[in-house]
Amino acid sequence: MLLRLRTIILKERKLDFKLGIIARPGSALSNKTGSFRSEIPVFKHEKCTGCDLCIYYCPEGVVFGDKKTKTYNFDDDYCKGCGICAEECPVDDIEMFLVEK
Amino acid sequence: MLTNILTKEDTHKQLFTMGHTGCSGCAQSMAVKLIMQVLGKNTIATSATGCLEVFSTKFPESSWNIPWIHSLFENSAAIASGIEAALQITGKKDGTTVLSQAGDGGTADIGLQALSGMFERGHDVLYICYDNGAYMNTGYQRSGLTPYDSFTTTSPSGKISFGNNRPKKYMPEIAMAHKIPYTAVASAGYPIDLQKKVKKTLSIKGPKYLQVDVPCVPGWKYEPRYSVKIAQLAVQSGLYPLFEAEYGKITSVKKISKRVPVEEYLKLQGRFKHLFKNEAGKAEIEKIQKIADENIEQYGLL
Amino acid sequence: MKKVLEGSMAISDSIRMTEPKVISAYPITPQTHIVEHLSQMVADGDLKAEYVMVESEHSAASVVLGASACGVRTYTATAAQGLLYMEEVIYNIAGMRLPVVLTVANRAVSAPISIWNDMQDSMALRDSGAIQLVAENNQEAYDMHIQAYKIAENPEVMLPVMVCVDGFVLTHTFEVVETIDHIEKVREYLPPLNMKYTLDINNPFSFGTVGEPSVYLETRFRLSNAINNSKSIIVDAANDYKEMFGKYEGALIDTYKMDDADTVIVAMGSVLGTIKDVVDELREAGKKIGVLKIRAFRPFPADEIVNALKNIKNAIVIEKAVSLGKGGILSCEIRDALYQRRINSVNVNGYVMGLGGRDITPKNIYDLIIKAEKEEDVDGEFFGLNNELLNKVF
Ligand SMILES: Cc1ncc(C[n+]2csc(CCOP(=O)(O)OP(=O)(O)O)c2C)c(N)n1
Ligand code: SF4
Ligand code: SF4
Ligand code: SF4
Ligand SMILES: [Mg+2]
Repeated sequence: MLLRLRTIILKERKLDFKLGIIARPGSALSNKTGSFRSEIPVFKHEKCTGCDLCIYYCPEGVVFGDKKTKTYNFDDDYCKGCGICAEECPVDDIEMFLVEK
Repeated sequence: MLTNILTKEDTHKQLFTMGHTGCSGCAQSMAVKLIMQVLGKNTIATSATGCLEVFSTKFPESSWNIPWIHSLFENSAAIASGIEAALQITGKKDGTTVLSQAGDGGTADIGLQALSGMFERGHDVLYICYDNGAYMNTGYQRSGLTPYDSFTTTSPSGKISFGNNRPKKYMPEIAMAHKIPYTAVASAGYPIDLQKKVKKTLSIKGPKYLQVDVPCVPGWKYEPRYSVKIAQLAVQSGLYPLFEAEYGKITSVKKISKRVPVEEYLKLQGRFKHLFKNEAGKAEIEKIQKIADENIEQYGLL
Repeated sequence: MKKVLEGSMAISDSIRMTEPKVISAYPITPQTHIVEHLSQMVADGDLKAEYVMVESEHSAASVVLGASACGVRTYTATAAQGLLYMEEVIYNIAGMRLPVVLTVANRAVSAPISIWNDMQDSMALRDSGAIQLVAENNQEAYDMHIQAYKIAENPEVMLPVMVCVDGFVLTHTFEVVETIDHIEKVREYLPPLNMKYTLDINNPFSFGTVGEPSVYLETRFRLSNAINNSKSIIVDAANDYKEMFGKYEGALIDTYKMDDADTVIVAMGSVLGTIKDVVDELREAGKKIGVLKIRAFRPFPADEIVNALKNIKNAIVIEKAVSLGKGGILSCEIRDALYQRRINSVNVNGYVMGLGGRDITPKNIYDLIIKAEKEEDVDGEFFGLNNELLNKVF
């Protein structure tokens, strides 16, 4: 019994101690949070003024777009469907739809 | 101010990345994202135990693209002090920002002693308090920054109670009393103002205190899409004055652009719904209006 | 060089030789002289370190935690209530695998408040993951702090090391101490700290993540292995030190006059001095008695202790701490080590003595030996009580 304990210990010596305490930077990207969502935004590209508010306000930081082309969009792998972008778009150019499950 | 986020790839390169497990609509995660955009990559951050720490660093995942450390609930400012001391003695401090973060509980309650020590010793640290007005991570219990009459799970409303019966602690004034170089209050509802204040801290040496109002979806009990709206109503009603102060003296305030009665703010949130049931509740709303009026008067918000 | 030094001076001087970059502490008797000396060294430029004057022990430990995570050598010191106040952070430093060295100027714990010596404070931290070494005299306190960094910073260990020195008995007493003349020699023994993971803007990692049930058990298993493995590194540190500086006070344990002994007194810390004097006298009178010194209490050197005790009849354990509601701590662990190895020929008797600074005199020890040899399996009985006081009505 004691002998077995000691051999496990010896093998452990070769490992470092990241387990459970240190994570790699930005590794959360591997967690695709889009799956929680019950609603999804649609960027209509009709009246957009390029104000960037949807970029500022998105809590996940998934909205991107170009002031020049005014074709804003979002990364649906991570969007949690909170609806803030749609609620805050000053010209109602974003609409929320229910996700069919 | 905002770094150009033109493509999907740009969104993946943020210093505080998506993939965290915060609630849908969490204003705290919105604020952190905005703050990191300004502070840049030469930042070392600490977080106290709380929602942000838990939702951003579930092993082996982390949303932080900067060096970041969490230790305990009450020592964010002390850990940051140690980091700053280590950077100073090794000549690495210049050009590096030390950011210390905590929730309202980790700041104004259990972490107040460590924070006061950090201020008084004059460490070159930016301290940010994400104020969602309760201990959200443990299930919405009352903190010293819970507003008057708010329902929390330890200050519930009931047959003989309207919820939290004490006013919110004036935490920014406590910071200002340390005569630190910079104190500011900002809101997730006003990202440009928030980023401007964060930017300002970059040019100031010494301790800086920034408190940000960050609505919390399940704690305040509202639909996720209203996070920004509610944050803005807090400011426009006078309940959450935004200002800046240097060495203990107020230097600027964000004026109210469209004043609203507090009722507008309260009625969107389940944590205040008990105030809308009867006459006695109405009287309570009047008391809250009085708090707002006093703020407007005291800070010259109009 | 040989100097007459107060224990606190010896400790601060050896800390100076290890060149910590960040020191943070909060004053508490009997640790104060150590941190006062260090403050003076920083004020005089003799030690180039940031001395962070914090508002509490919780922050002192947190400051060294933060600094250590940046990859610099750090130091703190405390005692009693201060150590208990730090407890939460010490568990964290160990869990985060940071090589902080701290001195505990061992002192009794309240209530009633007492500034005097016993080991209850460090005993309360025995499960924290911090390595605990116990010094017998000022010379050993000097040497042990240098070894402590060598152990803590070993890449296979990466754990805090707590050096326990008896408050007042050592911290405030002058003894001859042979100090190291050349800091270069210390640098050679103790190379600069080189950590694999640090808070570094050019290589950002996230420290102190959330350990879900799916990883926590394994994380703690690794921690447990690290402290168990540190035994061989503690031995190496002591041997290397002997080779370099010619001083050796034991590694995990040390034995004194134990060949052919049938009774052995087991103890830790400064009380060993008095015990050895008594044993010398008894030896002269023809008694087969020796002393077993426990130098490392965590990791617990069970194999070494059993090896040292397996052929004797009586082990008399003198403890300056008690597990309330259980009894002896050291004696219980020794009994367990023997039992695990199925050795039942050794009678282990544990006695709690000297709490709160009560003198342990040669006569006490002598009386105890006579009593203990007639008893069996005593588990942390209080010895040296003043019965008159106990029965007095106040
Ligand atoms: C010493 C200690 N006491 C209590 C807790 C439990 N605890 C963890 S987070 C937390 C609440 C955090 O509240 P706050 O600082 O406001 O941050 P939020 O989660 O609301 O963002 C509490 C009470 C703890 N981790 N440590
Ligand atoms: S719904 Fe919410 S998460 Fe999705 S893009 Fe809009 S603001 Fe971002
Ligand atoms: S908020 Fe609306 S108008 Fe403004 S950029 Fe986004 S989509 Fe365009
Ligand atoms: S509980 Fe509140 S603060 Fe915490 S993640 Fe959810 S919305 Fe954010
Ligand atoms: Mg909170």
